Amino acid sequence: MTDEGLEPDEGGSPEDLMARFRRTGDGATARFAAVEAAIIRDLVGQVVELIGGDTLDDGDAWPDLGEAGGVDGAGSGAQNPQSPAGASGPLAGGMPADGLADADALAAMIGLSENTELPDDPVLARLLPDAYSDDPESSGEFRRYTEHGLRSGKAAAARTVLATLPATGGRIRLTEPEAQAWLRALNDVRLALGVRLEVTDDFDDQVAHMESDDPRAPYIGVYQWLAYLQETLVRALS
Amino acid sequence: MSTAPAEVQRPDTEQELAPDLPWVTIVWNDPVNLMSYVTYVFQTVFGYTKSKAEKLMLDVHHKGRAVVSSGAREAMERDAETLHGYGLWATISHDS
Repeated sequence: MTDEGLEPDEGGSPEDLMARFRRTGDGATARFAAVEAAIIRDLVGQVVELIGGDTLDDGDAWPDLGEAGGVDGAGSGAQNPQSPAGASGPLAGGMPADGLADADALAAMIGLSENTELPDDPVLARLLPDAYSDDPESSGEFRRYTEHGLRSGKAAAARTVLATLPATGGRIRLTEPEAQAWLRALNDVRLALGVRLEVTDDFDDQVAHMESDDPRAPYIGVYQWLAYLQETLVRALS
Repeated sequence: MSTAPAEVQRPDTEQELAPDLPWVTIVWNDPVNLMSYVTYVFQTVFGYTKSKAEKLMLDVHHKGRAVVSSGAREAMERDAETLHGYGLWATISHDS
């Protein structure tokens, strides 16, 4: 596990990734710059695709990206407020300008796969782990009965994020159930990124000594900010 | 600790345990989950007090794993399923 401090810049997060949650009377609130909303929507959308969420039949349709309302004061980083999550452009605003940090590169980091049945995809293996460490037969039985529900639950949490976070950012206000869904969805995104970034217990030391041309370097700031964001949401709900 | 279940040492599970020994749900350490989040999940899922949840979280963190619940196999499978929904790395075992 990791103990996240509440200073997003200590670990070198890009200055403009600063959104954080605060407690409200019955939930949580946060203000997102457009670039922050784009990053979250993109990554959450990738998790939905990875777990096959768009093929599960028990969730709501994806929200119409153009109709997200309730925006008051999106940040200055909104190059293209109408572009759907996953489009290139908005991501570049918060990332090092080395050409790696576009949506396609993020998709590659998460590892989009047409085939959701791949049991050896390390991200899927982490999101949908075996329940028996030493009993493949029992694990298979467990998976047979639980995996669809697990995928559906993760997809539903992810869709809650997409439905409550306008592509243009702005202040959002979440009910407690919505905030709890955000918590799980943010965690799934961080687990997926953690696998792709090969996060280990000494990751902070690795980051401190990471070469500038390390392909993971452009995503470190995003990963650290998401940890910070999740930490603030845990505190808002605790 | 590692990021993938396959890379971490497995518990040695006795194959000949008496059938009435309880099953247990084990949560394993991982480098991504926040300590505060894991504590929150233990409180939310099991209704544990904050102090008990924190102690379990610290056991996971320092010892690599902790038994978080015990009982009938079916109940442990429900617990593991719930914990997987929260992104915790949980397994079921006969005894710990």
